[in-house]
Amino acid sequence: MPGKLKVKIVAGRHLPVMDRASDLTDAFVEVKFGNTTFKTDVYHKSLNPQWNSEWFKFEVDDEDLQDEPLQITVLDHDTYSANDAIGKVYIDIDPLLYSEAATVISGWFPIYDTIHGIRGEINVVVKVDLFNDLNRFRQSSCGVKFFCTTSIPKCYRAVIIHGFVEELVVNEDPEYQWIDRIRTPRASNEARQRLISLMSGELQRKIGLKVLEMRGNAVVGYLQCFDLEGESGLVVRAIGTACTLDKLSSTAAFLPACNSPSKEMKEIPFNEDPNPNTHSSGPSTPLKNQTYSFSPSKSYSRQSSSSDTDLSLTPKTGMGSGSAGKEGGPFKALLRQQTQSALEQREFPFFTLTAFPPGFLVHVGGVVSARSVKLLDRIHNPDEPETRDAWWAEIRQEIKSHAKALGCHAVVGYSESTSICEEVCILSASGTAAVLNPRFLQDGTVEGCLEQRLEENLPAGCGFCHIPYDELNMPFPAHLTYCYSCRKQKVPDVLFTTIDLPADATVIGKGCLIQARLCRLKKKAQAEANATAISNLLPFMEYEVHTQLMNKLKLKGMNALFGLRIQITVGENMLMGLASATGVYLTALPTPGGIQIAGKTPNDGSYEQHISHMQKKINDTIAKNKELYEINPPEIPEEIIGSPIPEPRQRSRLLRSQSESSDEVIELDLSHGKKDAFVLEIDDTDAMEDVHSLLTDVPPPSGFYSCNTEIMPGINNWTSEIQMFTSVRVSRLSNINLTNQTLNKNFNDLCENLLKSLYFKLRSMIPCCLCHVNFTVSLPEDELIQVTVTAVAITFDKHQAVQTTKTQVEKSSQRASIDNEELLQFPLELCTDTLASHPFSSAKEHLESTSSNSGIPAAQRDRCNSWIELIKLKAQTIRRGSIKTTMPVEKASPLTEGHFRQRSAPACANSTVGVVKMTPLSFIPGAKITKYLGIINMFFIRETTSLREEGGVSGFLHAFIAEVFAMVRAHVAALGGNAVVSYIMKQCVFMENPNKNQAQCLINVSGDAVIFVRESELEIISTQQPIASCQPACSGGEIAT
Amino acid sequence: MTNELDIFVGNTTLIDEDVYRLWLDGYSVSDAVGLRVRSGILEQTGATAGVLQSDTMDHYRTFHMLERLLHTPPKLLHQLVFQIPPSRQALLIERYYAFDEAFVREVLGKKLSKGTKKDLDNISAKTGVTLKSCRRQFDNFKRVFKVVEEMRGSLAGNIQQHFLLSDRLARDYAAVVFFANNRFETGKKKLQYLTFGDLAFCAELMIQNWTPGAVADSQLDDMDVDLDKEFLQDLKELKVLVADKDLLDLHKSLVCTALRGKLSVFAEMEANFKNLSRGLVNIASKLTHTKDVRDLFVDLVEKFIEPCRSDRWPLNDVRLFLNQYSASVHSLDGFRHQTLWDRYMVTLRSCLLRMYHD
Repeated sequence: MPGKLKVKIVAGRHLPVMDRASDLTDAFVEVKFGNTTFKTDVYHKSLNPQWNSEWFKFEVDDEDLQDEPLQITVLDHDTYSANDAIGKVYIDIDPLLYSEAATVISGWFPIYDTIHGIRGEINVVVKVDLFNDLNRFRQSSCGVKFFCTTSIPKCYRAVIIHGFVEELVVNEDPEYQWIDRIRTPRASNEARQRLISLMSGELQRKIGLKVLEMRGNAVVGYLQCFDLEGESGLVVRAIGTACTLDKLSSTAAFLPACNSPSKEMKEIPFNEDPNPNTHSSGPSTPLKNQTYSFSPSKSYSRQSSSSDTDLSLTPKTGMGSGSAGKEGGPFKALLRQQTQSALEQREFPFFTLTAFPPGFLVHVGGVVSARSVKLLDRIHNPDEPETRDAWWAEIRQEIKSHAKALGCHAVVGYSESTSICEEVCILSASGTAAVLNPRFLQDGTVEGCLEQRLEENLPAGCGFCHIPYDELNMPFPAHLTYCYSCRKQKVPDVLFTTIDLPADATVIGKGCLIQARLCRLKKKAQAEANATAISNLLPFMEYEVHTQLMNKLKLKGMNALFGLRIQITVGENMLMGLASATGVYLTALPTPGGIQIAGKTPNDGSYEQHISHMQKKINDTIAKNKELYEINPPEIPEEIIGSPIPEPRQRSRLLRSQSESSDEVIELDLSHGKKDAFVLEIDDTDAMEDVHSLLTDVPPPSGFYSCNTEIMPGINNWTSEIQMFTSVRVSRLSNINLTNQTLNKNFNDLCENLLKSLYFKLRSMIPCCLCHVNFTVSLPEDELIQVTVTAVAITFDKHQAVQTTKTQVEKSSQRASIDNEELLQFPLELCTDTLASHPFSSAKEHLESTSSNSGIPAAQRDRCNSWIELIKLKAQTIRRGSIKTTMPVEKASPLTEGHFRQRSAPACANSTVGVVKMTPLSFIPGAKITKYLGIINMFFIRETTSLREEGGVSGFLHAFIAEVFAMVRAHVAALGGNAVVSYIMKQCVFMENPNKNQAQCLINVSGDAVIFVRESELEIISTQQPIASCQPACSGGEIAT
Repeated sequence: MTNELDIFVGNTTLIDEDVYRLWLDGYSVSDAVGLRVRSGILEQTGATAGVLQSDTMDHYRTFHMLERLLHTPPKLLHQLVFQIPPSRQALLIERYYAFDEAFVREVLGKKLSKGTKKDLDNISAKTGVTLKSCRRQFDNFKRVFKVVEEMRGSLAGNIQQHFLLSDRLARDYAAVVFFANNRFETGKKKLQYLTFGDLAFCAELMIQNWTPGAVADSQLDDMDVDLDKEFLQDLKELKVLVADKDLLDLHKSLVCTALRGKLSVFAEMEANFKNLSRGLVNIASKLTHTKDVRDLFVDLVEKFIEPCRSDRWPLNDVRLFLNQYSASVHSLDGFRHQTLWDRYMVTLRSCLLRMYHD
């Protein structure tokens, strides 16, 4: 009995009229948790009842606390007939289970009914008292923090990033059970909502257990999805990245880790608990008593959730805490050995993160993806979801081998998805193959000054572009050149990734959203035949999507894609492919060549003319785009690139002298001047269409930018105004005799028009950028295409841009010069400090280990050995005047701050309902996140049998989405928060039957509830800290009882 | 390919003021799109007609959903479904409750009943305000009327509290409610020249001085909607001013003496004094009859304003005359109802001066 849940029902308001005679309601409330139910008194004849109930107390296992939602039902009392339900509120109490998050849930919740929508509000207070539990075989994982954010949350520091965790649970879908034929739609919907809530609770608990096994304390980049497999059942699955996080106190951002990191590396792994705070009050202390082996080298395969298996995988390391740290010498060697193989020994070295601590990402290989088509069968035994598990294991294995082929030992920005149509299911997984710095993957805190040194070691922001694979043994044909930044290493001509642009990457100009859209008709077929048909189509779709992306990227004059997400959707009679990514121009990669068009019949005069006309149009577009996105890289003659590495110092002069002759050629003839010009052969009408479609993409109106990554490269002066939105469109394909071409055009128009509408709607926010633009396509019926977009529009200050960049340039050049001086003094220091404990040398060690690890030619390994060479590198970065793109949140100039103050003053005018911001990003511009309150993961069903009366399909869905937003905001406010970050609408399944006047919709959303403080208010609040969270959250004293 | 479903939902509800105005003015979606196209928005933004159509539909749908809440504005402030900044909430409410001058002049003083509502299409045809907009404005009047009808305390204050309107708009609504309750005739042809502003001005003065709330000290009796019955009864006492011939003559000579040489229309005034005075006093003494209350403004125009206007009295002369006319009564020894006279005349004088124009 390790927990006591206490609930108090305070009052209701705006209740619906349930008694027509009196125009009033006799309301009472049922509070249910697990199998226990309490009731309030009936409050007669009021639409605003004041129950002010006693504290209802539930004594429960913490396992139940994690799995079960608190269920609050508001009913209308009826003396003679059955009581009528008004609606329900489900409250996930998980945020109360770890001490750092919320301490109380208190506030107004919308009362929700799956048939009528929101019907009034109810004021509820919920608290949990947890007792310490020393049971080592427990099934719960209270205390493990969950974050949807796919980077290290802002007020934490990653001590260790353990790696991939996954789990799935299956069940029968209540909608397809026999009982559904006799129960009401409401009962069926509620059964479904409750089941999914239970399943996600269970899933989260099981994942938590795995994290504890790995000795982590948090899951970052947690992504949970539902597969509605219809007859064959309901699958809830989740992936995430297990981490050990350390809370940054606002005063001491950097912990004292500066001295002798290598010594610490020996000791800390076996220190009892790197972060006693996290566990002190939760029930998760028993960790210490368990005899786990050293975590990083352990294989985290899918295993049963109980913690007693697999303990002996790495006997070398001995018996966990206490035993290590004594034998220094041999152990050190062992440690290194482990470091190298740390990742290789893992079954799946995957990371769901898309942004990383500085120094984590060493090299990026490229996008790896795998798909497989499966036939669904009925899940016979929900307790053993082996089939589904095997499917995913298969795919992950494939991803892993793809990564290996790219010379990478890890996959970052990893995600999984499904598309289901009838009994066919496409499973997809994708990520970015990468070489990581093992420093973060083990128990060693090597932060602080070491990190800074390490950064200075590396040439600014080009390291991740360097190829991780062997040049002579390339996995695919690619055109390699020497890196345009450091000139030392080879880089590919283009780079595709699924991650966010690394913070230290140097780009030229701004980025833009690039989409590839594709439809392919397929014959209607059954079972096996259908699956085969789909499997046969998939490679062609992948190929075409890739070609389209490449063409569009070149048309934009850019050379890299970030945040790439390719979605393949299966329907009855077609397949849809939609790829979204953010194109940028990376300084380190070569200038992209143009697009050259080649005709099939060169002798035809008019045809020739047509071709040249097209060619000219394409060239014009490229030139226009370069101007639009401010891409003006310094011209570098080609001769240099292929030649052996010249002396850095001489190069600048060389550049000048040689460039004059070739410059003009490049300027004038984009398509023919470069060897790597992309050739498009127009050999049939299909290709003609392709070229046309290339040119039909209209750039956003001036003042607008868009990207699907967290932040827009090239814009760093965000103002605090944000607007998150969801837009849904369903289009009916009119004619039956569809061809691939018309289909493509329709789909293209649908997406383009949707974007145009967004730009128009948000025109009052100009200048502004649509960030994290997330398109989802589904094919709900034969001739219906549904496109759902969620994004956030953020305004930025155009005028300030100039100034901030200027100051940043100044800053960076200043800093660089200081660095230079420091570096010059370095050898002296090194002499006095011969011990290996010097931070700098250990950093070097890391570099060495990394490079040897990833199989880079030995010649490169000693690149940091000579100080002189390092200075040269430094000098080069200065000359290039590279500007770091940093977010204003972290590095706001005094000017920016002043501006925030101005802007935010009217925004915080008091209103009766507190404003809750929502954003798909992990941060809030102009503000600092001070606390994470817990994960929000909500699932709603809405159904109607009076579709016309509710304003048709649009009215129905509009109201429902608005209600979902409202319920998310209410939950966040009740936790004491004022924003949701990393918000995502994971599912929006819409079904209609206009003939029967019916429609149904399922929505699943998630995000992280946070408290943020405006930067302008930060100073004031820091002096009076306890008031920081003005919501009931601060009544901590009371809760402790 | 047609869009079956097309929606946009923001975390902060987007409100386009221009579209809101079109919606309030009762235009259909297609008319609104046409009007927006003509405003040149396509050229400004580079949008297509399709985009405009979708945008307009979306806003209309939002407004439609908000309308239910706008009927009880405090609900708009407390609801959780639409996140709207307070300044925008105020704008939504204020615009929703704003009304057209042309429309209000047609409805002012009419019973807010189903009968009047049926008549709205005529009003719409006559005023050029769309039927939809007429309905909204009429329903607003009726809704406000129903809520504050039986309430105690300041009429404008009650309206402001329950509908969160601005001070100005709340006072206008107070006038509308007051007129509707007392059913003052305002539609006659000879009253057409009066603006809503004129009538609202008069209503405000009457609420201040002629209702039970004007004299009552306790909140219990503070009713602003009806005229003070006792006061109306007492007004009969004023009849002596015209019935008693000596008193009338004395009154006339006092006024004439004071104004001699000061009026450009002195002769006309002297000749008309008895008629004017009889008119004003008779109006007062008849106010016990509901029918005469309704005709108050007709009587004022017929008995006082028209005679003055036909003799081309300048406004200043009217002011001098009315001041002297009411002040001189205090010097009539035989007259005992000085306070009553003041309560009547102070209001009436201000009303007449406001109404005295072309």
